[in-house]
Parts: sequence; structure tokens; C-alpha cells
Amino acid sequence: MAPKKQLTKVRLSTNPDAAALRALNIGDIVYLDGIVYTAREGVYKKVIEDGAEMPVPLPELSGANFHCSPAATREDDGSFTVSAVTATASFRFSKWMERWFKASGAKLVIGKGGMTGEDYKNVFVPNGAIYLTTVGYGTGALLGRGVKNVHSANWLDELGIAQAMWVLEVENFGPFIVDSDMDGNSLFERENAKIAKNLPKLYEGTRPATLKRYGETDDRNDEVI
Amino acid sequence: MISTDIILETANTLMEKAAIEIPDDYLAGLKIAAKEEDGDLSSFVLQAMLENYEAAKEDRRAMCGDTGTPRWFVKFGNEARINGGPVGLEHALRKATADSTKRIPLRPNRVHPLWRTDHDNNIGIGAPEIDYAFEPEGSWIDITAVHKGGLFGTDYRMLFPGDGIEGIKRFYLDSLIAFGRRGLACQPAIIGIGLGGSKDSCMVMGKRAAALRIVGDRNPDPKIAKLEQEFKDLGNSIGMGAMGFVGKSMVIDCHIEAGCCHTGGMPMSVHAFCLSSRRATARIHADGSVEFRTDPEWYTPYQRRETVEWPLKNNSQKSA
Repeated sequence: MAPKKQLTKVRLSTNPDAAALRALNIGDIVYLDGIVYTAREGVYKKVIEDGAEMPVPLPELSGANFHCSPAATREDDGSFTVSAVTATASFRFSKWMERWFKASGAKLVIGKGGMTGEDYKNVFVPNGAIYLTTVGYGTGALLGRGVKNVHSANWLDELGIAQAMWVLEVENFGPFIVDSDMDGNSLFERENAKIAKNLPKLYEGTRPATLKRYGETDDRNDEVI
Repeated sequence: MISTDIILETANTLMEKAAIEIPDDYLAGLKIAAKEEDGDLSSFVLQAMLENYEAAKEDRRAMCGDTGTPRWFVKFGNEARINGGPVGLEHALRKATADSTKRIPLRPNRVHPLWRTDHDNNIGIGAPEIDYAFEPEGSWIDITAVHKGGLFGTDYRMLFPGDGIEGIKRFYLDSLIAFGRRGLACQPAIIGIGLGGSKDSCMVMGKRAAALRIVGDRNPDPKIAKLEQEFKDLGNSIGMGAMGFVGKSMVIDCHIEAGCCHTGGMPMSVHAFCLSSRRATARIHADGSVEFRTDPEWYTPYQRRETVEWPLKNNSQKSA
């Protein structure tokens, strides 16, 4: 077994300044302190397409947009229990991100699986934002431990538990891995490129299926997102 | 006679076990993978997962915040009788799903496909799915809860006999690589393959192969068993590990289920269970006693039978 490289671990504020973000490298491990909020298609549609007013002041309260629906419940006394939290795949939200950055001033986007290098270069970098990926992706219990309090659950009745905007106070919340840096480099795409070298050998001796399908790629270096 | 009260209580416990407790067989498989993994990032991910399983058990909180789409697999011994009948059973399972979603809590993932209406309890039209099977002997019922993720890692394709084993291998690799990049499939996982059947049963077989067979289990057909091992090794030779990082832990085990299909075709489905492999089973006996386990023991010789006749040890078929 080859010796394993020690990964760099960093504590980061959920309202980080540019210098703190500039210091991060792709592949670094990050733990967050401060406040994060969940926003995914339900919130994006409401704010960007329907023009709803933000229910909390952003980015003053938080610069960290988490692509997440928590395993949470509303208790009979009106309080909330947030148990496990895990991200959802971010690539689906690409079309809203430019306008979301303008509306929210977010500097951190946290999710599953990153977004494309193109999104990073064209949308993240001009807005001074980076992407943090969750780990695994099933570290819901570890992340749940980092949630110290529910600040608020916004649009809960309208959007439901899974799509509501949850504002969460967090401490030592992680681990996350830096996928994109301030120059728009992507860890996932770097890894894809390394793995791609092995693919032609792997497919040796196979040939395309007898029955073709519309719209698919036959280039194994392509991604499906 | 099995009471629906016991079914309800047992089903609530199963929901909790499935969400919180990593099954032993998968945990052992993942520990081996973690030991052999030499990719820096992949190793970090596997270590984090191992810590996460511990945190979930200690805190009694769900392993993963996306608790999937909870569903049920129910098996009846031929002599099992339920006070309240099958409708009583279905009510108990729906109630346990709703109650457990709030109690544990689980993420209420189930929404209407068009109106996106969320009842916040994982109940709705067609949800949760309840699958049934039967065994020739026994007065027990087996209930298995599965919380499988719902978005990535699964694909279906109509192949043809001329595509052969190489065609199967290619589609298998396609599925792993397409969904393995960025770790969309939440690997390393138990991979299930459905071969044959009709389009719908092909999907069902593959899903059951992933979710209802444990790590180390092999198909009783020795040639399929050999293919399972080959495909496990093949998946781990892609060069891809957890989250799509460079590594070699992609497949904790590979299970293949075969079913007879149309003579002209060879339909195939591929399914990835996930890093949390959430399943839990209980057997409820006629006297009301309950035994919990993590092996669903779904696939038995009877489930894979090929003949018209099946010899019964007793004469229950004839009794009224």
C-alpha cells in the first residue's frame, strides 16, 4: 500500500473574505463555522422566477448556499429537529446560479458532485465564489453533529420540508472538499482526466450495442451531466 | 395469526434500523476496500464514511440526510395469516412509514411528480412501494425495509443475444463510469444486475439483486457466480474510487439475477445501492415473536424455481 498524502484541513467562516478563499486549494478539506442556508430548485424558482423577497438578509447573515434537504421534522410545539443532513447533486441547478449569486451574494456553494468547469469559469469566478463538495456522499450523521441550532425554516408550508429554506447555525461543520478554487479549477475534472487514460484498455474487445439510442455519446471521456 | 399491531411496531423498528445501522456484511466489505484503497482522496472519503457509521449509531441519527425512498418487501410463508388481512398489513406499513419519517426523522422525499406536493411523510400515490413474495412452508412473514436512493446509478438497456457477454460487460462499464464520475452513484456500492425478464421485471430483478442480497452472496448458477466475481473485479479495475476520485474501490460486491426473457432479446439493468446500503429485515412468527436480521434472504430456491411443480412437505395446499 502506497503511503497516503496528508490532506490539508482548514476551518472557514461561512462569510469568508476573498483572501481566505484565495488561500484554498482544490482537494483541501474544509470545516465551516457560522450560518449556512439551504436553497435548491424550490427556493431558486421562488426568488429568481417569481421575484419573492429573501426571507433573511443575504449575504449579511450567510454567504454559504447549501444544496441540501435535511432529514428534519417540525415538532408539535413548533420547534424543529434536524438530524442528518446530506447534499443533493448540484449540476441540476446550473441554470439558476448566475442570478442566484447576484441575488444572494453567496461566496460558498456546498453540494454533491460539483458543477462543470465551464460553470466555475463563467459563473463562480466572476462572482468570487468557490464550490465545496460534501464527502461520501453519505456523511449525514457527521454533518448533523455540526448543526448547532435551527435559525429558521422559511417557506416551510409552501415548499415542504425538503425544499424549504433552512437556515442553520453550524460549528466545525464538515468535512467538505474544495472542488473549485478562485481560478475555476475543478478537482472532479482533474480526477476524471486521470481516470480517462485507463478507459480504452478497459473497453478493449467490446463493441457498441446492436440497438443504438438517440442522443447518447460514444466518447467515454464525456460526462453525462 | 399475526396481529397488525405487531406488524406496525416491527415496521417502525425496521425503518429506524435501515436508516441508522450499517449492515454488517456491507461494513465488513467496506473495511476491506478501505484497507486496500491507496488513492489519497478516496481513502479520506472511506475513512469519513466509517466515522459516519459510528456517529449515526452513537447519536441514533440517520446515516445519510437523503434517506431515499423508503419501501417494503414482504414475504409470506404459505401458512401465514394476518389479523386484518393483507389490507391491514398495508395500512400498518404505510402508517409506520409516515410515523417513522417524523420520529427518526427521515427526509420526506416523496412528492407528486408534476405538482411536487409533499405530504412531509413519504406517503402518496404509489408510495411506499410494497413488493410481495411467498415461500412454500412457514407461518411467518418476513418484512424488509429498504431505503434506496432515487436518482443516479441505475440504467436499463435492451441488448440482444448477438451482443453477448461483451455487450453486457460494456453496458455494465458504461453505467459505472457514467454515474461513478463525481460519485453520483454514491460508490463504493453493491451493484445489482438484472438480466432477462421483461423490461419491468428486468428492472425489478436488478434492484432486488442490489438491495436484497448481501455482500459475499453468490448466485447458485456457478457460471453466473463466476461472472459476479469477474464483474466485481472489473468494476474495481476502472481506476475510480469513492466520489469518482482516482482509486480502486468502486464495487463492494456484484450480484446478478437472471430471468427468462423473449427469445430475441437480452434486456439488462444495472443498479447501484449506496454507501449506506440501507436495509433491515424482521421475521414475525405466528406466536408474535420477532427476530431481526440484516440479510433479507429474499432469493431462495423457490424464488428462482424453473419448473411447474414444487414439492410441498406438508399438505397445506389441500386444506381449506
